[in-house]
Amino acid sequence: MSTDTTPTSGLAGSDFASDSHSASGLREAGRDYLTRLRGGDMGALPASLGLLTLVIGFSLASDTFLTELNIANLITQAGAICVLAMGLVFVLLLGDIDLSAGFTGATGAAVMALMIRDQEQGWPLAVLAGVATGAVIGLVIGVLVAKLGIPSFVVTLAFFLALQGALLRMIGEGGSVRVDDDFIRGISIDNMSVVAGWSLAGGIVALFALASLMKHRRQVRQNLQHLPLSVVLVKIAGLAVVVLGLAAVLNANRSKNPNFPIEGIPWVLPLVASLLIFWTYVLTRTTFGRHLYAVGGNREAARRAGINVDRIRVQAFMIGSSMAAMSGIIAASNAGKVSASSGGSNTLLYAVGAAVIGGTSLFGGRGKARDAVIGGLVIATIANGLGLLEQPSYINFVVTGSVLLLAAAVDAVSRRRRSAAGVG
Amino acid sequence: MTGTPLLELRNVNKIFGAVHVLHDVNFAVHPGQVTALVGDNGAGKSTLVKTVAGIYAADSGEQYFEGDRVNITSPKEASALGIEVVYQDLALCDNLDIVENMFLGRELKKGLALDESTMEQRARETLASLSVRTVKSVRQGVASLSGGQRQTVAIAKAVLWNSKVVLLDEPTAALGVAQTRQVLDLVRRLADQGLGVVLISHNMNDVFEVADRITALYLGRVAADVATKDVTHGQIVELITAGRSGSLGLAPSATPA
Repeated sequence: MSTDTTPTSGLAGSDFASDSHSASGLREAGRDYLTRLRGGDMGALPASLGLLTLVIGFSLASDTFLTELNIANLITQAGAICVLAMGLVFVLLLGDIDLSAGFTGATGAAVMALMIRDQEQGWPLAVLAGVATGAVIGLVIGVLVAKLGIPSFVVTLAFFLALQGALLRMIGEGGSVRVDDDFIRGISIDNMSVVAGWSLAGGIVALFALASLMKHRRQVRQNLQHLPLSVVLVKIAGLAVVVLGLAAVLNANRSKNPNFPIEGIPWVLPLVASLLIFWTYVLTRTTFGRHLYAVGGNREAARRAGINVDRIRVQAFMIGSSMAAMSGIIAASNAGKVSASSGGSNTLLYAVGAAVIGGTSLFGGRGKARDAVIGGLVIATIANGLGLLEQPSYINFVVTGSVLLLAAAVDAVSRRRRSAAGVG
Repeated sequence: MTGTPLLELRNVNKIFGAVHVLHDVNFAVHPGQVTALVGDNGAGKSTLVKTVAGIYAADSGEQYFEGDRVNITSPKEASALGIEVVYQDLALCDNLDIVENMFLGRELKKGLALDESTMEQRARETLASLSVRTVKSVRQGVASLSGGQRQTVAIAKAVLWNSKVVLLDEPTAALGVAQTRQVLDLVRRLADQGLGVVLISHNMNDVFEVADRITALYLGRVAADVATKDVTHGQIVELITAGRSGSLGLAPSATPA
């Protein structure tokens, strides 16, 4: 055997030398990041900066904003918006919209509440029925959009009206259905024990660190493209600060009455966190997620690659509507009732706003599950902060509307910069 | 010609309503050769490619793949045989990177999750085997690539699956001089690796530079199937525009008025 036979992988390695050296240290990685930002690839940066600005602004303006009690309130208020927005991300990724998601949520919640009150079922079956209602609504919307070719704007506008009718029919004119099941109410009003909260927070950080480091090791070993170790460590540290900091705040006693301590992480937080982890996995690690991005990016290319475009679109609407139902149930848990006006007013626009503020593009093809959570926190912070400042509610509407407009403008401008800079 | 063609069409007809688009077309693709398919607009080039790719079914005629009679009726059957088409508009997703685009629709999986490591390595090996050195990183977004690089990725995507026949529809139409150079070199390398390459082009310089054989279509008929070295530029242009050139081409009686 001759010794000068170059193995294919070695040849490949030399051809793509820049793959393993694309960013060799923190400083270079930072420079790469700046280049991406200038090219219009903003990611979660605008939303994170916006959130920081809002938090600083409100804490200067109000003494109560940064108290443990208010932070726990804020997180409970953000839960339903985040979950609704997370579902909408799937629809927005296709470049579609679901205007009916708010009322889909209320309808799902009404089905759940009536199952408990009238059919005297336990909460697991009731929740399942509620979410299944959402899935069926999503299926019908998806089929009308994908197979019949009606624009999603029109289909979901029709559902927006029709579902309001269905909701009225179910709970009766002007009435409401009380939600007093202990478990359902507990999602919003009960907290994890302090020990469970700390173990959960520690577990999440440890798992994330382990997964990131193992991925990095594998990439280095197999000579794949990878981030520099320092960047991986900074990311782990960043997550640890946020998660453990939040756990510390929420595990402190926030009661005003010294005889009745209130402490622990509200159950809605681990619920939203597990949905976030699950959908992030689906979007980034599965074939379905990859195909969803492909359909949103270039439908014709996806079709030619053999992807069943119609099926992906129907599935996206089903996920969106099922998540909407889940969000409706969380909102019902928070309010303790489902009424004819549940899911109406600004519910949907808050959620669309949350997804877009978080960095999901209205033009399709770009977005992450985490966008919904960051954007949802921004929206909830505005509502919460302005409420504390005892501003009239018209201010709240105007400010939230402006923030949505600002986010959409950032989306449009960065899209233009991306095409100018040629970065997807 | 010696040896069995990789792909052969015999007496293929395709009729759309009143229009007879392909008329008793005989067409062969040989391994290790670049066959140029030339013809004016409406001569039937695209229809022929789409028939081979399984998008249209031929109305009559026979198809042979490596000597065996086949009947290609869907794009899936075509790619299962090892026939890949690189379309003019490339069909890449701008929001995905090179690896993701190359494996789109045929992702490798490890359990439930995508097998990113293997996909990245195989994409890199394929690009390296084509001696593609202009791409900075296989994890680069496709939107940031130049026209020539995008064409390269589209071609690499087609050869990733051990394909045997690659049909390229106007691969240099929108490219500058240097990028055309890159793509033509790549086309030549594909043939040198033993693939049967079909190059559809309007550009005679490209055709004469890389093609081993030229098949000229004229109003749905094969006007000539000749070795590149036996013909001149001018003769091919005449075959394209008039269907005949001296002793070559369709007999005057067969030429529709």
